[in-house]
Amino acid sequence: MNTASAQANSTSSADAATKGAISIRNVTKIYDPDGVNVLAVEDCSIEIAPGEVCMIVGPSGCGKTTLLNAIAGFHSITSGQIDLDGEMLCGPGKPLADQGADRVVVFQNGALFPWKTLADNVAYGPIVQGTMTKAEAYGKAVDMLAEAGLSGVAGKYPGEVSSGMARRAEIVRALINDPKVLLLDEPYRAMDALTKSIMHESLLEVYDRTKVTIFFITHDLEEAIFLGDRVIVMTTRPARTKKIVDVKIERPRDYRLLSSEEFRVLVEETKGAVHEEAVKAFEAGERELA
Amino acid sequence: MSDRDVATQGPSGLSLFLYKTKKSFGTPMPYLAFVGIGLWLFTYWLLNEQLKISPFNKIPGPAEVLTEWFSQDPIWGTSLFTEDYWQNIKASCLRILIAFSLATGLGVPLGLFMGWSKKFKDYTFPVLELLRPIPILAWVPLSIVMFQSFEAPILFLATLASFFVTTLNTMLGVQSIDESYFRAAGCLGSKRRHVFIHVVLPGSLPFVFTGLQISIGVAWFSLVAAEMISGEFGLGYMINASYMVNKYVTMVMAMLTLGFVGWITSAMVRAAGSQMMQWREKALGQGGA
Ligand SMILES: Nc1ncnc2c1ncn2[C@@H]1O[C@H](COP(=O)(O)OP(=O)(O)OP(=O)(O)O)[C@@H](O)[C@H]1O
Ligand SMILES: [Mg+2]
Repeated sequence: MNTASAQANSTSSADAATKGAISIRNVTKIYDPDGVNVLAVEDCSIEIAPGEVCMIVGPSGCGKTTLLNAIAGFHSITSGQIDLDGEMLCGPGKPLADQGADRVVVFQNGALFPWKTLADNVAYGPIVQGTMTKAEAYGKAVDMLAEAGLSGVAGKYPGEVSSGMARRAEIVRALINDPKVLLLDEPYRAMDALTKSIMHESLLEVYDRTKVTIFFITHDLEEAIFLGDRVIVMTTRPARTKKIVDVKIERPRDYRLLSSEEFRVLVEETKGAVHEEAVKAFEAGERELA
Repeated sequence: MSDRDVATQGPSGLSLFLYKTKKSFGTPMPYLAFVGIGLWLFTYWLLNEQLKISPFNKIPGPAEVLTEWFSQDPIWGTSLFTEDYWQNIKASCLRILIAFSLATGLGVPLGLFMGWSKKFKDYTFPVLELLRPIPILAWVPLSIVMFQSFEAPILFLATLASFFVTTLNTMLGVQSIDESYFRAAGCLGSKRRHVFIHVVLPGSLPFVFTGLQISIGVAWFSLVAAEMISGEFGLGYMINASYMVNKYVTMVMAMLTLGFVGWITSAMVRAAGSQMMQWREKALGQGGA
């Protein structure tokens, strides 16, 4: 188990920015649940640099989750290829990527195991992968939860803590595996503005510490620009990239940014593109219904 | 897994139990139960012993039954103070223990595998669905033919009924688990056996225990039916035997005893369930009325 312990040791790496390059090339995904083809993603290409925070926005139902699920290995792609650090995850001859702890997902509705305490949830990954003993994993979990300001609730069950705490713990559960990429699918969707802003600060803090590549789906433009290095606006279904906005705002970022002129301008610039696609999606929906 | 005591505050064990008991008397619940039982007894007494309305006047009244029940020297030969009463309770409880354990021991694993593996379900589910609708009483002759002894057919019938319920509920329990937990387990690097132990098993527990609640009731139902048909000792036998010789007071006593014992057994299943699903208890807020 040499490789296993090596992996465990490199956990808190500052050199993480050298890993986690995702390359999505000409990916197409067609669903055909009951004979009716749904073209969800068509010929979509995105290159994500190691350590980049890549934000994906686009109208509802355009195929964002489909893309994330393909990277995570939850479902297959129809054509195209996705690489992680030069290695093919899925592509010709291998439509479905293997699931693995190098790409951990944080789910829209949260998927901490409700039957495990927060500490047990966090310790789960390293234990089942065999990279740490139970005691090590548990100790590390408690430490990492404390780092995220959750020391008081490490022994509690997810149902006993607020949704904000649960989501933070879920991110800790992902990070303990030292993943190459963090995949987040609208993780803060159902949260109020105040909780959301706490979540943002906590995620930025985590990012500044780990420089893990982040693939983050959201509907919230301000969130996208506040957190991201790049914001990729997707077209209405089938999803393709419509516009890429570079956010050249220095890190570390904090809340004063939200009221700056620079930020306002970027939001306005992006809003136009998003709005256009939203209208298209809406009209397409009307046509389908008619 | 390891140190459970990270950030656990508050009472535990006996003191927690006392705290909860004390708290529950602060709510109207226990009093309502007493009031309910009192009202029922009063109505029974009124219809039966006071107004003597037909058909209620044909059965023994509450005062008569209670007097007999607590009598040191029962008129009909059976009371709290006679040995045969306890022997019958013991016989039935022992049978329930065996039947329920067998049904749970077989039904839960079977249901888990059926819910977990599509292939396994395709093999087994049709058979289960074919056998399940056959009423338990229809199995009586077959069970007598199959087993020669007095005891085995009774156990067989009680086990069978309870087994179907447990298996089905366990299977539904696995199927009810949100897909995102499987996905989360997958992307955290789980192998198939980890998914089984850490997701399938705990995730299905709420349904399993709902199933066990029903299943113990069904076990009692079929046990008593079997005891009435071919039995030696047991509460079902006691009901039937006293009916045959017109000891109606003893019969009603046996019925009420069944009610009590059945209540206690399902409370025990419930308690085991909340013990094993602390996470659920706590998430629902144990303080709620
Ligand atoms: N399993 C499936 N079978 C058939 N069609 C599907 C399936 N999953 C998604 N789709 C369709 O594919 C399209 C893209 O879905 P997807 O979930 O990727 O959208 P999304 O961009 O994540 O939307 P939202 O922002 O609302 O979450 C939708 O039209 C959806 O109806
Ligand atoms: Mg989505």
